[in-house]
Amino acid sequence: MTHYILEIAQALLALLLAPLLVGFVRWVKARLQNRRGAPPWLPYFELAKLFGKEVVMSNNASWLFRFAPTIVFASALAVTFLVPLIAAPLPFDNVGDLLVVVYLLLLGTFFLALAGLDPGTAFGGMGASREMTVAAIAEPTIALAIFGLALGAGSTNLGRIVTATLANPGVAISPGHLLAFAALFIVTLAETGRLPVDNPSTHLELTMIHEAMILEYSGRYLALIEWAAWLKLTIFFSLLANLFVPWGLATVLTPATLAIAVVTLIIKLAVLGLVVAVVETRVAKLRLFRVPELLGLSFVLALLAVTSSFLLR
Amino acid sequence: MPALFQKIFKTGIVTEPLGPDEAEIIQLVRQVDEKSKRLLGRALAIREVDAGSCNGCEIEITGLTGPVYDSERFGIHFVASPRHADMLLVTGPVTRNMEVPLRKTYEATPDPKLVVAVGDCAQTCGVFKGSYAVVGSVDKVIPVNVFVPGCPPEPADILRGILAALDRMPGK
Repeated sequence: MTHYILEIAQALLALLLAPLLVGFVRWVKARLQNRRGAPPWLPYFELAKLFGKEVVMSNNASWLFRFAPTIVFASALAVTFLVPLIAAPLPFDNVGDLLVVVYLLLLGTFFLALAGLDPGTAFGGMGASREMTVAAIAEPTIALAIFGLALGAGSTNLGRIVTATLANPGVAISPGHLLAFAALFIVTLAETGRLPVDNPSTHLELTMIHEAMILEYSGRYLALIEWAAWLKLTIFFSLLANLFVPWGLATVLTPATLAIAVVTLIIKLAVLGLVVAVVETRVAKLRLFRVPELLGLSFVLALLAVTSSFLLR
Repeated sequence: MPALFQKIFKTGIVTEPLGPDEAEIIQLVRQVDEKSKRLLGRALAIREVDAGSCNGCEIEITGLTGPVYDSERFGIHFVASPRHADMLLVTGPVTRNMEVPLRKTYEATPDPKLVVAVGDCAQTCGVFKGSYAVVGSVDKVIPVNVFVPGCPPEPADILRGILAALDRMPGK
């Protein structure tokens, strides 16, 4: 019973933290642009507003357009049950491992791309084709980067990877882990639509990737998609934080360890948010045709991570 | 890279505080805060529509998003699609070519929605009055909640107009 409560609490935590994390990144970026910026909790108000608004839909939109937001949101939510956010090993570890996580995320991307194509607008199709270009290179890299860790831990189970690192802290600075971290960080930027791959605050349709697919959405559908995108950012950040720096995660379930786990999770997410905001201030958006080069680099890093984990095993 | 961040920290925050001489704005913001919190949850998404303007107003609107006026601190941000928007910011006299797109944009915006017409041209057509290329003022095509006069109006005036429109927003 406590297992189910833990899993549900973890998913709720991710749902509640996701808007705050995005608001925090925006706030840091505003400060770095010498602006006062919106308060970090603004995304909560945005969601509340969108859920209360009317839905306007294109006449050409089919059932797919209406169902896609639910699928996108549900797939992101399902992943939060499988990723170790506050505790490891998780009770649901045997339900799905790394591969399930990667393909659940890809399922959301796939349906979002279909929904982008569905209303038949020029920008939707453009965004969908770009998103698939990025996803085709990014998704295998996520799997490969985490395989680098799995090889050392002897399991593709995310919870086992964490416990293996906790049992043997030295591996956290092994070349395999460091290379895999670099690879996963680049992929995180690409998959969550941050600079230099995509610009989350762009208004220029020609440069959009994620935004271009959701231009036709409004009201509660838009809220679900936005929330799912923010959830994805939280998931990727927690993967980066908890797989590579697992300290703070609760291995035994007592109120004290869980409280420490929640606080360390928030600190880790804030540090990563700060890093992403600084990176976004520093770098310009890459030309679209150079994005595969960057992702190719991250793939090579992931490959090297797997090789070195294998050789140094 | 260090030079960039050195500069960022040396400059500090340049957003202008609402000074004591702008008591009116402060009062408006306070009123609007209450009301828009209830109606739009403090997050206002704006879609800018250029219905045939000379782009003078656009430059001032761009100023609104810059560090000095920073509309984002009130939760006001610009979006890329009318379907994401709560408010349309329309500039310029409506030209014949933009009449249908403007009407379609209005229809594509989900309720509850507001329209703020920015600049003298949007109200009176300005120097373009009587031109064969111009249909007329913005309120001839779509319902307008607030007009912001000026050629071009200052960013602070536009902000005042946006806040006034929120204030006059019809209840649900």
